[in-house]
Amino acid sequence: MAASSSAQAGDALRWQRIRTIENPWVRQGLAALAVVYLAWSLTTLEINWTRVADGLPRAVNLVLRMFPPDFSRGSLLFRGTLESVQMALAASFFGMILAVPIGICGASNLVPKPVYLAARAFIILSRTFHEIIVAIFFVKIFGFGPLAGVLTLLVASTSFISKMLAEDIENMPPGQLEAIRATGASFPQLLVYCISPQALPRYLGVSIYRLDANIRHSTVVGIVGAGGIGQVLAASFSRYDYDFSLAILLTIISLVFLGEFFSNWVRNQLR
Amino acid sequence: MTASQHAAKHPEVWRRFSPRQTLLRYTWYLGVVAVAVWSISALDVAWFFFLDAHVQALDMATRMWPPELGYFRKVVGPLIETIHIATLGTVATVLVAFPVAFLASRNTTFNAVTWFIGRFILVASRSVNTVVWGLLFVAIFGPGPMAGIWAITFRSIGFLGKLVAEAIEEIDTGVVEAIEATGASRLQVLWIGVLPQVLPVIYGTTVYRWDINIRESSVLGFVGAGGIGIVLYAAINQFLWQEVTVILIAVFGVVILSEFVSAAVRRRIT
Amino acid sequence: MLTISGLSKVYPTGTAALKNVSFTVDEPKVVTIIGPSGAGKSTLIRCINRLVEPTSGRIVLDGVDILALNRRDLRKARRRMGMIFQEYNLVERLTVMENLLSGRLGYVGFWRTYRRKFPPEDLAAAFALLKRVGLSGYQSTRADALSGGERQRVGISRALMQQPDLLLVDEPTASLDPKTSRQIMRILVELAHERGTPALVNIHDVGLAQSFADRIIGLRGGEIVFDGPPERVTADVLTAIYGEEDWSTTIRRSDDETEKPDHRRSEGEDSLVRESLA
Repeated sequence: MAASSSAQAGDALRWQRIRTIENPWVRQGLAALAVVYLAWSLTTLEINWTRVADGLPRAVNLVLRMFPPDFSRGSLLFRGTLESVQMALAASFFGMILAVPIGICGASNLVPKPVYLAARAFIILSRTFHEIIVAIFFVKIFGFGPLAGVLTLLVASTSFISKMLAEDIENMPPGQLEAIRATGASFPQLLVYCISPQALPRYLGVSIYRLDANIRHSTVVGIVGAGGIGQVLAASFSRYDYDFSLAILLTIISLVFLGEFFSNWVRNQLR
Repeated sequence: MTASQHAAKHPEVWRRFSPRQTLLRYTWYLGVVAVAVWSISALDVAWFFFLDAHVQALDMATRMWPPELGYFRKVVGPLIETIHIATLGTVATVLVAFPVAFLASRNTTFNAVTWFIGRFILVASRSVNTVVWGLLFVAIFGPGPMAGIWAITFRSIGFLGKLVAEAIEEIDTGVVEAIEATGASRLQVLWIGVLPQVLPVIYGTTVYRWDINIRESSVLGFVGAGGIGIVLYAAINQFLWQEVTVILIAVFGVVILSEFVSAAVRRRIT
Repeated sequence: MLTISGLSKVYPTGTAALKNVSFTVDEPKVVTIIGPSGAGKSTLIRCINRLVEPTSGRIVLDGVDILALNRRDLRKARRRMGMIFQEYNLVERLTVMENLLSGRLGYVGFWRTYRRKFPPEDLAAAFALLKRVGLSGYQSTRADALSGGERQRVGISRALMQQPDLLLVDEPTASLDPKTSRQIMRILVELAHERGTPALVNIHDVGLAQSFADRIIGLRGGEIVFDGPPERVTADVLTAIYGEEDWSTTIRRSDDETEKPDHRRSEGEDSLVRESLA
């Protein structure tokens, strides 16, 4: 009796922090692994450390060359920006439309299994590859210019919106679907009368968000020649026109900022 | 008037929307379609390219198959470099994004100016694409993985910072109040009162961003910032389509793997 | 009208929810089905309109073998069966009127559905039903803005808009407070009697079942253990259905007629409005 109570008293004086990873072996093992990894990666990476040391003064030099931003080539800047915005708008609009059938087919509670799997496979495949890679392929097929860019953004938009739509439909309370089916409604009626009103607000919100994201991504596809302001930016860098580059970057930042503002406003209206 | 008021005045008729609401809806529809049409038409699109596009696509597909298996050996090294770039970049991000997130949250920042600076950093970071940051850092550090790591970091700060800032703004203020009441310093309040509440979000978001960064790192080589992108770009420019296929399969494999890992870790954390 | 013979349902997990259930409803009466949780009440109701596919048996509604129908004919059959759910299952973001009109979906084509242009007779019927259940003026209210009792009234009206030959009601009052429960049961039974529509009603509240039913079926473990008028439900019967318990307070005395609905009440009168004004 006395022995156990003193053991309990001993336990009562000890206190243990709660850690995310409970097992001390696992925890410390992971920490050791992290250290080893850092050492390994930093040494095996082909980093030219002298160049890096040069980097900081170069960075300062670069930044100085960027100021003040050169807005003089306004028309070029404007045309590039306009092209980007148009690409983003077109891709978002058609992406919204295409995402509807794909999203519906991607909902396991609506369609038979093979259709569901096919739609999901398409969504996963189109999201795997970075849009630059997709852009290069479209450039090869359709040539340089904004067409390739629009198509690239279209693929990205469709897969994003349809994924959200499919998940939204799958999360719908099943009772409502059951009730409409019980009245003898057909599948198209079910879509229009039950799925559509319930999914609409989130669908519109996601689409508006995608519009904003497309503006950001349109800058990138231009680097491989698929149109938009990215093309102007890449050109300015290769010509060492860093002050113009800064002007372009500032324009892009303000555009994205405005886009976010607009998209947040619209999404609040939809609530 | 609203639909209900309209219904009250005309009880024998039922409309989902009052006439004014209907007009508003149709105006919106028309507006959206007009904008879409304008954006398509204003683009300098060479429409005749569509005519032989399927021929081109088929031609490309036949040239890409079968994948040249011998190339897989060439691919391993750059793949590992890609993973390094993503991982080191994400690690660096956590260190920086955290303080920035504090500045960008209304309830932990010092004053309006610091809040604005914090917000601006996050917006600027997010607006500029990883590849564009890559361009910038290649100009600074020269081609190579160093530029890539900085590019990943600079882009991820915005992503991580925004989500963490949102989490910080949603914490239970009662906890913070209680710790302040004990007379703790500002740093102690942050460390004990705020940090433990947002830690799960930080872990989850970091792993999520790491997963995205793997994808991003795979293309940084296009602008010379290291990783498998360099090999891919070279192969495309030399029209070595079968090698391209091998590289794409490898990238696909690594991306799927990282998605698995990230999903598993995030499930364990939340 | 409705004949069920040898109905069985075995789930893929091996659970036998219904075992060889047989009964006939050949009068426009309200039949309540009582029984413990897991007795198969919900499964039985859902088998009739094939929201759940039975494993074996026959279901014949007005001469039509329900289980032999293909998808298109099943839809036509479903129009004639109005279903009312425990969780109301209204389309939340649509208005009350649209939810009512959804009862007519089986009768109108796609384009009318899309443009919400239902025939004027349907609109007139909808307005009349709204008045009958005491929801006049609510036609443009969104469904998720209503209380539980109001939602169930919309649910009942939706089922009646189908002008069904049979009402399938799954625990209509399980989510409602006792007073609202009685109001809902009253309205349901009055409307069913007025229109001469037989109704199958799942209920877990024995008292409610006895007060409002014309016939009671007791289900236990997927089998029928009682089938008869409410007066014959004794403590022994309840024990057979639910198990040993003190049933004295649950059984209603057969001479207690105060809660029985008034069949002679004329159409158009709003019983609910009168009750709330009383």
